[in-house]
Amino acid sequence: MKKAYMDNAATTPLLPQVLEAMLPYLKDAYGNPQSLHQWGDEAREAMEEARGQVAALIGAQPEEITFTASGSEANNFAIKGLAQAQQSKGKHIVISAIEHFSVLHSAKTLGKLGFEVTEVPVDKSGLVEPGEVAKSIREDTILVSIMHANSEVGTIEPIAEIAEVVKKTGALFHTDAVATAGTIPIDVAKLGVDALSLAANQFYGPKGAGALWLKKGTRIIPFLDGGVQEGGRRAGTENVPAIVGMGKAAELAQREMPSRTAHLCRLRDRLIQGITSKIDHSILTGHPTQRLPGHASFCIQFIEGEAMLMLLSSKGVAASSGSACTSRALKASHVLTAMGIPPEVAQGSLLFTLGLSNSEEDVDYVLEVLPPIVDRLRQMSPLYAKFIKQQRGGR
Amino acid sequence: MPVYSEKVMDHFMNPRNVGEIENPDGVGEVGNPVCGDMMTFYIKVDDNHLSDVKFQTFGCGAAIAVSSIVSEMAKGKTLEEARKITPALVADELQGLPKNKYHCSNLGAQALNKAIDDYLKKQGKEVKGKRRKRDEQE
Repeated sequence: MKKAYMDNAATTPLLPQVLEAMLPYLKDAYGNPQSLHQWGDEAREAMEEARGQVAALIGAQPEEITFTASGSEANNFAIKGLAQAQQSKGKHIVISAIEHFSVLHSAKTLGKLGFEVTEVPVDKSGLVEPGEVAKSIREDTILVSIMHANSEVGTIEPIAEIAEVVKKTGALFHTDAVATAGTIPIDVAKLGVDALSLAANQFYGPKGAGALWLKKGTRIIPFLDGGVQEGGRRAGTENVPAIVGMGKAAELAQREMPSRTAHLCRLRDRLIQGITSKIDHSILTGHPTQRLPGHASFCIQFIEGEAMLMLLSSKGVAASSGSACTSRALKASHVLTAMGIPPEVAQGSLLFTLGLSNSEEDVDYVLEVLPPIVDRLRQMSPLYAKFIKQQRGGR
Repeated sequence: MPVYSEKVMDHFMNPRNVGEIENPDGVGEVGNPVCGDMMTFYIKVDDNHLSDVKFQTFGCGAAIAVSSIVSEMAKGKTLEEARKITPALVADELQGLPKNKYHCSNLGAQALNKAIDDYLKKQGKEVKGKRRKRDEQE
């Protein structure tokens, strides 16, 4: 059966060159980077090379990079560590309503520790208005965190413009760039942020490797107390193979970004055009132009996302959904809700995140198998039956 | 994606009795699109037996499989027998449901019961007090 993996927002596959780079550190080069002998030297040198590669990807200095075990960890570290280091100045935090759970829930935890959190709304395309951020900032605001792009609807936020607003206030500005780092160009100086999170498995590196970039001189409370690893900010023996993989993946992402972007945008636009023209009552979610290169997200009305995913899976296609039924908590996606999409429409959330392994043929395959799947579920749907009856009655 | 049993997958991939009955003897609708799932059951009654059962469902894989199995379990049964189809029986018949999908089995049994209530009401028959009350509380 044909297979098409279009769930790259969940994780990208590991590139063969990245695996090659990692293998020695899973085999003979097993030393602990902190050890003072040749095994340690070998591991440490590889890790520092990776630090340089990751820093280069975002226009940073190597010593500003702290490796973590994931993007979620980097976000936890940033929100909790920066807020706690600044709390003598104030206890107010500003985030957007569509942040990843690792930011939302970190802020919620801080809320229990006496901090106050304000959520900035988004418009119907998922954009955060810099003016809305300005309105939310108070005298005691110490930290603002707005994601660089949302992985559920693909919208890229105007971070540089928001940074202009934040800079005037003296609050720190963190951005969750997990969806963008390694995918679109990032220069931390141009973005104007103080901290930025990224994750290797979003750009063809391994799982278990993330990083927090922190502008030189920014104070933060350590995330894991223990030894001297990562400048004492994140103790624990470093995951050398994963870090080396992240470095290699960053190097490749930087080098190949223009060609990757061209490829992904072409496929994305073909998929968006195809679905919205072939399937009636399908809505593109997120911003039409300010969106991630391989990102095509929709709401297909009158049917539910999980049922679509199961039928797509039976055809070898991997996609995802933000429907209530696909979430463990059985709640509609907070992102679609914040964008003002009604719950019954959000139930039809369907998301394709394209990757390097996808071809035009894959896109055409989806365009061939999806319409009958939608038809089949609509034929079963009482909502669709009602809609059709209303239309007939209206004539 | 939740891990579904073979039986759930079978009823999801090949749902039985999908559709609407023309001039049904009873209709039962439960759930609403806002909470995620919505099921409509249509029944035809001959000589106190469910001679035909059909459904329409807006919902996830489990909701569709539940509707399908309930329709199959109910078809041919007397009204009294059909009343005894409980959520637990539905889940058992499907070789189990993931915990967070168990509420789907409630909906299936409820929709069928509502269709039977509707039939009895149309017949001018008294709907058993206890069941009536429970349904009104929804």
